[in-house]
Amino acid sequence: MQQPATAVAPLIQLKKISMAYGKSPRRFVALRDVSFDVAAGEFVCVVGPSGCGKSTLLRIIAGLIAPTKGKVLYNGQPLNGVNPHATIVFQTFALFPWLSVIENVQVALKARGVPLAARQTRAEQLVELVGLAGFASAYPRELSGGMRQKVGFARAMAMEPELLCLDEPFSALDVLSAEALRGELIELWLKRAMPTQAILMITHNIEEAVELADRVVVMAKDPGRILTEIAIGLRHPRNRKDVAFQATVDRVYAAVAGRSAADLEAQIVVPGLPGITQRLPRANLEALAGLLEKIAAEKGRSDLPRLATELGSDLHELLPMVEAAERLGLARVEQGDLLLLPAGQTYAEASIAVRKELIAGRALRVPLVRWVYETLQQDDNRRVDRDYFVDTLRAGFGDAAGEQVDIAVDWGRYAELFAYDKDTDELYLEG
Amino acid sequence: MARARFSIALPQTPPLTAGDAVILVALAGVLYVGARLAFHAPAIIAGPEISLRASALPWYAVLSVARMSAAYLLAFAFSLAYGYYAARNRTAEKLMMPLLDVLQSVPILSFLPVVLLSLSVVMPVGVATELAAIVLIFTSQAWNITFSFYQSMKTVPAELREAASVMRLGPWLQFRFLELPFAGIGLVWNSIMSWAGGWFFLMAAEMFTVGSRDFRLPGLGSYLQSAAREGDVGAVLLGVATLIAVVVALDQLLWRPLLALAERVKLEATDSGSESASWFRDLLARSWLVTRFIERFWTPLLERLDARWQQPDAIIPTPSETAARRIGWRAIAIAVFVGALILYAGARAAQMLYDLPGATWLEIAFSLGATFLRVLAALAIAAAWTIPLGVAIGTRPRVAAVLQPVTQIMASIPATALFPIILLGLLHLPGGLDLSAVLLMLLGTQWYLLFNVIAGASAIPRDLRDTSLLLRMRASDQWRTLYLPALFPYAVTGAITAVGGAWNASIVAEYVDFAGTTYSTVGIGSLIARATAAGDYALLLAATLSMVVVVVLLNRLFWVRLYRLAESRYRMD
Repeated sequence: MQQPATAVAPLIQLKKISMAYGKSPRRFVALRDVSFDVAAGEFVCVVGPSGCGKSTLLRIIAGLIAPTKGKVLYNGQPLNGVNPHATIVFQTFALFPWLSVIENVQVALKARGVPLAARQTRAEQLVELVGLAGFASAYPRELSGGMRQKVGFARAMAMEPELLCLDEPFSALDVLSAEALRGELIELWLKRAMPTQAILMITHNIEEAVELADRVVVMAKDPGRILTEIAIGLRHPRNRKDVAFQATVDRVYAAVAGRSAADLEAQIVVPGLPGITQRLPRANLEALAGLLEKIAAEKGRSDLPRLATELGSDLHELLPMVEAAERLGLARVEQGDLLLLPAGQTYAEASIAVRKELIAGRALRVPLVRWVYETLQQDDNRRVDRDYFVDTLRAGFGDAAGEQVDIAVDWGRYAELFAYDKDTDELYLEG
Repeated sequence: MARARFSIALPQTPPLTAGDAVILVALAGVLYVGARLAFHAPAIIAGPEISLRASALPWYAVLSVARMSAAYLLAFAFSLAYGYYAARNRTAEKLMMPLLDVLQSVPILSFLPVVLLSLSVVMPVGVATELAAIVLIFTSQAWNITFSFYQSMKTVPAELREAASVMRLGPWLQFRFLELPFAGIGLVWNSIMSWAGGWFFLMAAEMFTVGSRDFRLPGLGSYLQSAAREGDVGAVLLGVATLIAVVVALDQLLWRPLLALAERVKLEATDSGSESASWFRDLLARSWLVTRFIERFWTPLLERLDARWQQPDAIIPTPSETAARRIGWRAIAIAVFVGALILYAGARAAQMLYDLPGATWLEIAFSLGATFLRVLAALAIAAAWTIPLGVAIGTRPRVAAVLQPVTQIMASIPATALFPIILLGLLHLPGGLDLSAVLLMLLGTQWYLLFNVIAGASAIPRDLRDTSLLLRMRASDQWRTLYLPALFPYAVTGAITAVGGAWNASIVAEYVDFAGTTYSTVGIGSLIARATAAGDYALLLAATLSMVVVVVLLNRLFWVRLYRLAESRYRMD
């Protein structure tokens, strides 16, 4: 039976997409077997911890990166080169700093071959549409972040894309500008004021996703993959204070953060040996102390979304700390809340000297740190070249091995387990 | 301005690679072909008559500037093409960048005799000398501009590239709206440096003469030389004044406006407020004629080009795959052919060198040592005065504001232009030529060092200086713990460029025909000049090649390592 492809096919279809960088020993898998669709009329948000490959996913859809495995279909047709029907609004705006606001919009029109006169009128209309009429001849550096992103949106609309991809478009803005711009975006979208058929947005901010999306796709890392999809049935306009809204946010948080705890159990494996090695999260232990104190002050249990807002950070900063707290057995995630464990409680109340001792004991429970420590103890001089650790870890971590050793050094130094000599690039035991 | 570092670009590759050996063999081959051709060079070449009348000066200035311009335009076009291709094609890049690394550390002036002699065989002497001058200046200007453009191409921010791709800008529009503006400041800065460096070589080429072969060209260089030879102090002063006037005029009318234009398009997202001002650019921007020109001619021309080269419906290839695009069989065939040619020429060169007696090699080694000592002496003298003065200027913004323009004008006078005057003053003293040679090297090198030290000193955070005062450090401790370490990377950068200049200077400084007498001292430059005069082409090849190899090796094994050390240990950030 043949069916007209355009009638049924979703706008974009990803079929078992995998993306890996580098060759065998240093191979790093950014995405594994990712499949999902975006249909016309949908606003989809992708959330997940940093390093889960969501930006890569967006670039694959836009045709900026070719996946190592799998198929990308657009309107049922395989993608060839850069996707002509999609565009991206970037987190960093990606405006040409040497062109004025109107020129930045005009370039997009010029690329489409719009003749000079039409180009000027259309660019003026777009600049006016986003409310920057008075700033047409200004250069991006004269504008605030919010205004720059408006130029980004005007430029994207100049291309009249069917699929609008947003790569954390609000995360570089201050809170108020982000709020305002989100409102304007959802208004344009709901009024169908742009020819765009679907929007795909990447974000760290779960509340933002719940506020805007029809569907939230939750991703996990190591390797980057889709955990689950959550349909958001809330009616627009959505109110963040609403109980139903909060419940949905908690559900998404639980899906994002809950997984990291489950990941732990299976992966207590010494690095260098076969099996999965788990990455150390890039967390600063000094800052972790502050986080634990805060939870202790809140009677040992804090709502993650609220923590993120209060600390002025988003997931991408908070999650590594949460993960570190879990790995060190100081706290654990439960239903979108962060729960202080007894050790964490002691830690939060202890003096500096006691804290160091406690952290030393805890850090040694982390396989990677323990392995470094034991390797140093077995060495006659109690000094080992940093390269040795990096090379050994390369089998498991690929190019990220160096960073992992650096984090281990950081933790080890903080816990006063071992030290590092920058001049000779050696790790050593003190005393 | 104060923060910029003045230097050649430094290689990213490991110190010595097999590729370097291939490139050195290729250079040997090229030199061999030149030396081979030179066998047939005319034994007597009569130079042009140089008039010392003041009325001749404007014409000479025009000729000199024309040579510079021709060479610069060639260098600029070459840089864009080479840099673009190397950045866009990964396979080609692996060959092109190491080649550039070697080329830029080669003492270019050492090629002048070979180029002059071989060109004068295949074309009329007048044309050959003009062409040799232009080739020489080109080779002095092209490499750093190329490096700068290549590096800009490689460092275009990823998200701007992605934005350009999703906007479906084709290669032409990407070049016009992204790559060229992004590279702008680097291109202008390096052009200014190249242009300043070019004068050094232009002067040398215009006054080059060995034995009975007079390769001079009518221009400011030969005017100054003739004036000094005849002891005509008035003409010397007039010549130097003209030269300075030309340099300053070009700076004000060409480079400052370009710099102001380039800085307007700089990347920094915030207003730093330190943009270069140019009165001439402001004047042009307000000019009716210029506005009309842009409106009537420039904009329509660009529209036409854009319409022709941007295809809205073309498939924009996935960026990560374009970079990995492979080279076609035709390119491989050409590479094989060129490779074979290089091998052949290299082998013949080896044959020619093999036939040289051991005593000659000993003499070459001895000469290299002598020149090396001179280079070191010049560097030591330069360091001795530029470091204290540079710190004094760099740490006092008010002094800097007064002295900066003065030093810049002083630095803009090419050392080679002053050389005849130095000779006039020093040649009659005992060891006069040695003294003159070191002085020429010093003149050519000290400015790089001075500017870098000033930049380094002004980059020292005030807090650190205040701390050293609060700690009541003695001056010697202050130097040891603060100034010297902080200046180290800057001084090394300056020294690398300076030393390159000093080796070049040896070619014209160690062997001189002055007022009918030939003076010479021991050194590799002197040896090359003597071989040129006597028509000893095997010696010419051996001496030139030895100099190239030694300078490249010193650069790779010593300076680059020092630079890495400076970058890793003493960086201030």
